[in-house]
Amino acid sequence: MAGTSSSEYIPHHLQHLRYDVVQGEWAHAADGIVNFHLINVDTMVMGLLMGLLFFAIFYSAARKATAGVPGKFQAFIEIVVEFVDDRVKEVFHGDRRFLAPLALTIFCWVVLMNMMDLLPIDVPGMIAGAAGAPHFRVLPTADINTTFAMSLTVLVLVLFFSVKAKGLGGFGHELITAPFGGHPALWIPNFALNVVELLAKPVSLAMRLFGNMYAGELVFMLIALLGFAATGSFATGGVGSGIAFLLGQIAMALAWGGFHIIIILLQGFIFMVLTVVYISMGQEGH
Amino acid sequence: MQINLTLLGQALAFLILIGLSWKFIWPPLLNAIEARQKKIADGLAAADRGQSDLEDAKNQALAIVREAHGKASAVVDQAGRRANEMVEEAKGTASAEGARMIASARSEVATETARVRGELRAEVAKLAVAGASQLLKREIDAKAHAALLDELAEQIVVAR
Repeated sequence: MAGTSSSEYIPHHLQHLRYDVVQGEWAHAADGIVNFHLINVDTMVMGLLMGLLFFAIFYSAARKATAGVPGKFQAFIEIVVEFVDDRVKEVFHGDRRFLAPLALTIFCWVVLMNMMDLLPIDVPGMIAGAAGAPHFRVLPTADINTTFAMSLTVLVLVLFFSVKAKGLGGFGHELITAPFGGHPALWIPNFALNVVELLAKPVSLAMRLFGNMYAGELVFMLIALLGFAATGSFATGGVGSGIAFLLGQIAMALAWGGFHIIIILLQGFIFMVLTVVYISMGQEGH
Repeated sequence: MQINLTLLGQALAFLILIGLSWKFIWPPLLNAIEARQKKIADGLAAADRGQSDLEDAKNQALAIVREAHGKASAVVDQAGRRANEMVEEAKGTASAEGARMIASARSEVATETARVRGELRAEVAKLAVAGASQLLKREIDAKAHAALLDELAEQIVVAR
């Protein structure tokens, strides 16, 4: 972004495009750590767009799916489906009719959202700026709302499947008697430990994905700062150092981009597998 | 960094996506995969079955050929035995026939001989009578008699 200094560049790129649904106007300042009047429009738009992309791709494959010789597109989709199904099968021994599509949704949606990090860092902001939006963060998984939305949904599913497998009484009984034993004096420590265990799951899921993607985005921004340094060198007549900064920026962007592709897939995979593990643990009990 | 309404929005989006995936994406894809797996398994089983059927048919054919071989050799044996029998039979009838023919020829020869002897005897008697009558009619002329007697003797020899 020409004209912006490097000290403004990073905070600018970390700003969400926010809308105040109560006031009915664009919000300029992020008021408060928790504020349910505001919504991050960029996160929602990109998240829904990626969800729609996932659904469009897989639904078109599912509608034309044939048991005969599959085409290349169907074969690719089936590779993904079987990959997910095999991972679920390894961890969870039971009816996979809900858990497997859940895992597929998590894997594909997270990977697609993470992939937005590979877009050239300034291009989405420029396009949004041309449309009149002052900020636009294109990476939904670097928004803690997205990752907590997913992990809390997973927590609800864990609780639901635990109760479904053990019954409300069985689940409640386990909450106060495991892991130490059924003595009344141990009910409170047991319960405290179980609550911590339950809450640790969504927190770790959400923070892991958020941390990885936020850090990845930040590193791309820092690499982009080399471009500022190059511009500065050229402006003061230092052609040699300017070219060095520029080459450095290209080399590092390539290296980090290549490494980040692995992180993108890995984080989607980890989120999927851990979700399946948590749900299967909840069903099987202590 | 702020927890805001996006949390609920994304959770809702996530739930809708899970539902869509659960209802519309997973079942047809997995059905297609499982149907194909079943097809392949069936095909392999059919191939195995075909192989064993082929094996059976081969064995059956071999057994039939073996049986036919046995039958054919039996027929050949029988035919050979029958031929020998026929030859023996023919030999027997032929030698019997020969013996019969020889016997009849012999008896024929014997009757013919007897008949000729009878005729010869009558002829000799006739000649003797003729000679005697000639002798009685004429005077005995030694020379004439000699010639007459010679003729007579010759006739006897020829007639014998």
